[in-house]
Amino acid sequence: MKKHPISFKLNGERVSIEVEPSDVLIDVLRDRLGIKSPKVGCDRGDCGTCTIIMDGRTVRSCLALAVEADGAELVTLEGANTSRKWTRKLQEKFHRKNAFQCGFCAPGIILSATELLEKNPKAGKHEIKEAIAGNLCRCTGYEPIVEAIEETVKGK
Amino acid sequence: MPIATQFEYVKPADMDEALQVLAMYKEKARPLAGGTDLIVHLKEGFAKPEIVLDVKALKELSGLSLKNGVLRVGALVTFAELLESAAVKKNFPDLWEAAGTVASTGVRNRATLAGNICSAVPSADSAPPLLAHDAVVRLRSQAGERLVSIHEWFTGPKRTALGPDELVVSVEMAVPEKKFGACYMKLSRYDGEDLAQGGVEAAVFTDHNYRVAFCALGPVPARALKTESYLKGKKVTEQTVKQAGELLAGEISPITDIRSSREYRTHMARIMLGRALETAVSRLSGRGPKYGEGNIC
Ligand SMILES: Cc1cc2nc3c(=O)[nH]c(=O)nc-3n(C[C@@H](O)[C@@H](O)[C@H](O)COP(=O)(O)OP(=O)(O)OC[C@H]3O[C@@H](n4cnc5c(N)ncnc54)[C@H](O)[C@@H]3O)c2cc1C
Ligand code: FES
Ligand code: FES
Repeated sequence: MKKHPISFKLNGERVSIEVEPSDVLIDVLRDRLGIKSPKVGCDRGDCGTCTIIMDGRTVRSCLALAVEADGAELVTLEGANTSRKWTRKLQEKFHRKNAFQCGFCAPGIILSATELLEKNPKAGKHEIKEAIAGNLCRCTGYEPIVEAIEETVKGK
Repeated sequence: MPIATQFEYVKPADMDEALQVLAMYKEKARPLAGGTDLIVHLKEGFAKPEIVLDVKALKELSGLSLKNGVLRVGALVTFAELLESAAVKKNFPDLWEAAGTVASTGVRNRATLAGNICSAVPSADSAPPLLAHDAVVRLRSQAGERLVSIHEWFTGPKRTALGPDELVVSVEMAVPEKKFGACYMKLSRYDGEDLAQGGVEAAVFTDHNYRVAFCALGPVPARALKTESYLKGKKVTEQTVKQAGELLAGEISPITDIRSSREYRTHMARIMLGRALETAVSRLSGRGPKYGEGNIC
């Protein structure tokens, strides 16, 4: 099939590559651009481990074609860490609270929480649970994750 | 996982060009909006188009507005945008409530209302409020524009009145003249991201007219007209709820599948109707839980 030259901003840097129409965004990020924070979990939209920020909103990168990223601004955990206000704070809190075991879900959950706190810096438990409802964690039982986000809100 | 099907990707900025592609390729071309259904179908091989027609650059399909008492939801409007709209929350709080039960933020940020009704799975959460308010779907093809009532839209599971050469431009509905209270009650296995095992909406107007609509309780989402006409003019009491539940049970035709059994769905449909009616009535009188709260069974 005809290849498409596309270009987008990835964590602040301009990237220009050629992709096949059928290339999926997460595969291009991980296998061609070396961005490893988004993970392939279910590969069909259910688990949220592939979460990235596209034009300011979290999306599932397993459910986007790479060509759709043409002209977009993409942020992954690798870049959010320095460019978004809440990400680093969340990471530190998660670390201190031991909020992960295997860590596979961590990048997705931290980005979902980043999006929530950017919109609602005073989010309560209910909003927090809502915001991470699409991010599955098979290890922790969620309690330490929710607490870590709550404590980030409180600035403890 | 790579997509096995090979297709061309086009993203016209011009409506005429988009319609021309559809006229030429018909079923072999598939419109792409948020991709939350289509990309899953491409991966699983259920959809094998020759052309994927990305409609996201078409200006005609964008925009969410309330003008002259009509809400217009452009085909590119996502569930996240519906939830952020004060006009939707104020005028169609039931649509707002239903939108909040769709998937989770990361999916709602891309998933469109139009895509939801085009996929037309029996469990489409957006359908009950659209049915309750007699929404119309505006379609465009090279032959021109046509309007299809939401009541004629769902023609079977995953089937709609959309022609292969047509695009959905917008979904529109008129703000009711009378004040109403409503509730979209969704039955899911857990509080979080899950497709409906069943969904029931009840709306009550100040003149004791009722609207009852359901999803995931039959091959297509639909209105429960017998239940509505029984309720007309009556007050919601234990007795009327019981009778209405019996009528609703006769109007639905649920199946047994991986999510639940036919018997359980039928049983829960009665309970959901009762809760939805009581919540709708209390909301109309300014009491009751806020929209978006207490509506998951
Ligand atoms: C994890 C997950 C959870 C979900 N949970 C729910 C849920 O709880 N409730 C629910 O109702 N849904 C749920 N869904 C499905 C929901 O996301 C989709 O139905 C969505 O609304 C479809 O919109 P889209 O923009 O993503 O459409 P796409 O996937 O882009 O397209 C869907 C279909 O519509 C067609 N189409 C799109 N736009 C147009 C147009 N303008 N004109 C003509 N045809 C068009 C496409 O060709 C395709 O056939 C879930 C999906 C996922 C992945
Ligand atoms: S890998 Fe994308 S949602 Fe699971
Ligand atoms: S820590 Fe293992 S999946 Fe969340």
